[in-house]
Amino acid sequence: MSFVTIWTLAQKEMRDALRNRWFLLYTVAFVGLSLAFSYMALAGAGIAGFAGFGRTAASLINLVLLIVPLMALTIGAQSLAGEQERSTLAYLLAQPVTRLEVFVGKYLGLLLSLLASLTLGFGIAGLVMALNGAGASSPASYIRLVGQTFLLSLTMLSSGFLISAFTRRAGAAIGIGLFLWLGFVFLGDLGLMGTAIALKLPIEQLFVLALLNPLQVFKMASILDINATLDILGPAGIYAMQEFGRSLRFLFLGVMALWILAPALLAYARFATKSDL
Amino acid sequence: MITFSDVTKKFGSYTAVDSLSLQVAEGEAVALWGPNGAGKTTAIKCLLGLLAYAGRITVNGYDAHKQGRQARAAIGYVPQQQSFYDDMTTLETALFFAKLKRAPSSQVRALLAQVGLGDQQHKVVGALSGGMKQRLALALALQGDPPVLVMDEPTSSLDAAAREQLLQLLAQVRGGGKTIIFSSHRMEEVETLAGRVLVMEQGQVRFTCDPHELPTRLGWRAQVKLRMAPLALDAALDVLQAGGFAARRNGVGVIVEVAHGDKARPIHMLSQADIQVTDFEME
Repeated sequence: MSFVTIWTLAQKEMRDALRNRWFLLYTVAFVGLSLAFSYMALAGAGIAGFAGFGRTAASLINLVLLIVPLMALTIGAQSLAGEQERSTLAYLLAQPVTRLEVFVGKYLGLLLSLLASLTLGFGIAGLVMALNGAGASSPASYIRLVGQTFLLSLTMLSSGFLISAFTRRAGAAIGIGLFLWLGFVFLGDLGLMGTAIALKLPIEQLFVLALLNPLQVFKMASILDINATLDILGPAGIYAMQEFGRSLRFLFLGVMALWILAPALLAYARFATKSDL
Repeated sequence: MITFSDVTKKFGSYTAVDSLSLQVAEGEAVALWGPNGAGKTTAIKCLLGLLAYAGRITVNGYDAHKQGRQARAAIGYVPQQQSFYDDMTTLETALFFAKLKRAPSSQVRALLAQVGLGDQQHKVVGALSGGMKQRLALALALQGDPPVLVMDEPTSSLDAAAREQLLQLLAQVRGGGKTIIFSSHRMEEVETLAGRVLVMEQGQVRFTCDPHELPTRLGWRAQVKLRMAPLALDAALDVLQAGGFAARRNGVGVIVEVAHGDKARPIHMLSQADIQVTDFEME
């Protein structure tokens, strides 16, 4: 595997991301909303102005849950399918490169673009908070949320790549990506509640079901980081705390890692044998 | 330099390339000739490692499947469709592919100038004409000076003027001694570039011939329409039919069926019989 080739391909992906209007729109929206959320975090307490890092981190969880998966899924879904649709993929693969290098190069380029976009959003909001006197509170919870968000973005990027590897047209890939996003964001919560009520699921099964959705895992991991407990989530949260205790963080990390690796490996397995170029 | 040994490629139950075996020697230029669906493009895609196949292909001693990167490093590829990133400039495109090929970036501008794109370096590829894009494809194929040039119907999507320009460039490249394999169904392409033609049909090589023998081997016949004074038409018909040609009247002239390479003989025959041909057309 040639790192020069991978880096050349990654650089091109980053350059393309910079020229992608949707990606720029998501980034601007994320930066703007992060700032707004950090400003509004104290509104509930009747105080106007920038909140501390901990409170802002809590209020940003919902923003991250909405925007970051959408952003990562759509750029991942466009990656391979878009090139195939434009016939550029076959020409690229006719060069002295391996499919693994092309896959890793594309993944790395989009990963770095995503991380840059998220760093920009969190960084500007964090900087503004620090300059407005929120520095009195510890930024640890805020920094941990940034880390969790990076992991969430990678789970969605891998899922996007999986969609892309099985699709020939960028439009169809984005459509499937949006459908998956809807499923994760809305059906995840509502479906979980509905299933629990309809099937009268025991708490432990409800918790396992929640682990199947990377967005739920992100939410639980972030709440745990900020609150040091999951009691706020009700019986399932209390069960998780009692059952897994201090190892809960590792469980969440493991599930996220699985959600990053499994779709990416499946996507590569499909891409490596793809012949309808 | 290039060998195909018993190569078969199937798409489901359809066999696109059927036990294909061929060899292209170093410095040789070989055309794969055949109608659509003959298996030419599929054979080229197998050579480039874009398709999995049964059998063995080697390029410059490297197995095209197991040592794909090394095999492709020996190949410059000109595709049928121009498949570039439309939002990159000509220069950015050339530099990007030069990096992938580990070709010296110092040669990029010279190569663009060589194919007549020296003044188009800062234009986005999407704004180039079809002929310019195909010349860009040739410049990219020549980056790193690979010993083998593979082309898939390189002029099929071009207009007459652009085709003429590209053929001139390709003839220069041919003169440089590269090993060339290309698919085609254009006679002028084959006559200009190939030293040998492999005629393919249903995924197999039916026969091999010299480019100039191809029309005859394919049984091609042309129709020549000859015009002359109305009073000379009957006499002309008699002369041509006596000379063994299938000829018939066509209002103001005579239509003669001739083999390729024999198109001037009816005119010569009529001239010897003192019948003056005033004009002619080919079909």
